Amino acid sequence: MTSTTRSNAKMTATPATRVLGVLAIAATALMAVLGLFISPADVIQGEAVRMLYLHVPSIWIAYGAFVLTSVSSILFLRARKRREDQGRHYDRLAGSAAEVGVVFTGITLITGMLWGKVTWGTYWQWDARLTTTILLFVTYLGYLALRRLPADPMVRSQRAAVMALISFINVPIVHYSVDWWRTLHQKASLSVGRRPEITGEMYWTLLYSTLAVTIVATWLMIHRYRVIRLEELRDEEALAALISSRLKNDDGSN
Amino acid sequence: MLAETLLVVRKDLRVEWRAKVALGQVAPLALLILVVLAFALDANSSLLELGAGGLYWVAVLYGGTLLIQRSFDVETDDGNMDAFRMSAIGAPSLFLGKSLALFVQIGLLELVLGSGIALLYNVRVTDWVLLFVAAVAGTVAFSVCGVLWGVMSAGLRVRATLLPLLLVPVLAPILLAGSRAFETALGVRADAGWTWASLMFVIAAIHTAIGLGAFGFLLEEG
Repeated sequence: MTSTTRSNAKMTATPATRVLGVLAIAATALMAVLGLFISPADVIQGEAVRMLYLHVPSIWIAYGAFVLTSVSSILFLRARKRREDQGRHYDRLAGSAAEVGVVFTGITLITGMLWGKVTWGTYWQWDARLTTTILLFVTYLGYLALRRLPADPMVRSQRAAVMALISFINVPIVHYSVDWWRTLHQKASLSVGRRPEITGEMYWTLLYSTLAVTIVATWLMIHRYRVIRLEELRDEEALAALISSRLKNDDGSN
Repeated sequence: MLAETLLVVRKDLRVEWRAKVALGQVAPLALLILVVLAFALDANSSLLELGAGGLYWVAVLYGGTLLIQRSFDVETDDGNMDAFRMSAIGAPSLFLGKSLALFVQIGLLELVLGSGIALLYNVRVTDWVLLFVAAVAGTVAFSVCGVLWGVMSAGLRVRATLLPLLLVPVLAPILLAGSRAFETALGVRADAGWTWASLMFVIAAIHTAIGLGAFGFLLEEG
């Protein structure tokens, strides 16, 4: 580890994030207890309903993460020529949020497929909700691939920011696909301005699970942000070392 | 703006006319894809007739991606992007010009593929107007999406693999809509073919609006 990265080693683990990490583990454990033991089985779906407590919050977190990616991308495009750090903070925020969004979209797909196997008898149906969700997943995988390319950081960030804004079009399409098309997928369990489809212990367990998954996602996002910052520092330091050795060689040859 | 757009169109088509990559290499390859797809379906004539619309758009997707790739390779290989940045041509004109040039090239590719489908898969057209409108709508959507996402990967070292990864999820709805509209036009599906064709115009309009606004950001070099 070089001097700069060593001096910033604390960046991925502050006391506050340690507390948040412990809280995330505790919240997840309680969520498992509530979802697996306290909450009752559904009359129609049976035990498969327990998948809902991870599946639904995961896609909400993914939507939220993609909103954050888009907002950060807009702020980056506005700040890239004005601020001292050329809006790098917003770019890192967009990248870390997109990574978390992709992870939770993946969890949504996996839990949905498992639920589908139990309920529909098959892992996959070419249903509008499922198809649009997998397109959303692959689109943001492409966004992450673009972010990791070997290129000038500003060029890469600008292109990634525009891509993030275009990719966001998919989010409302995924969400409203169950209303726009005839689908096998059930309608939203909870939505603003409509009576919830579930009540009682199931309702509260779902709300609590959302809170728990939000804490986990926040914790992951903070760490990813810091790791991205450390990677940038490493690259800057490697470049500085390269220039310095080149200058020394030039001096020696003169 | 119109003069600048037409200048870019003429430039791109002249480059293509001299190199003859679209007709000399991409079109034969796309035809070959039609043959290989027929092998994959065991050359079952009823299956081919049923899936002709979808198979056509898969071949367009493959050939079109190669044309998009090439459209930006000719700019970046010789540093033309720097020339564009220094020229008086505005980013929206460049976006529209490249889209129009690509529209012509993909249109030609589709003519070749359409003839191939008619001969190899033995299809019968029941609604020529829908077929034509769907083909135009799909080509417009394909072209504007291609230019928007093509510039995203332009000049990067791994663009050959990056472009399809970025492009295919965006083109998937066009492929779906084009396939459904063609199936209606070919009489294998009694479905809302015109709705699907309209959807492709909507996709094209959204991407054109984004392209006109964002192309400048994508051309910037840090």
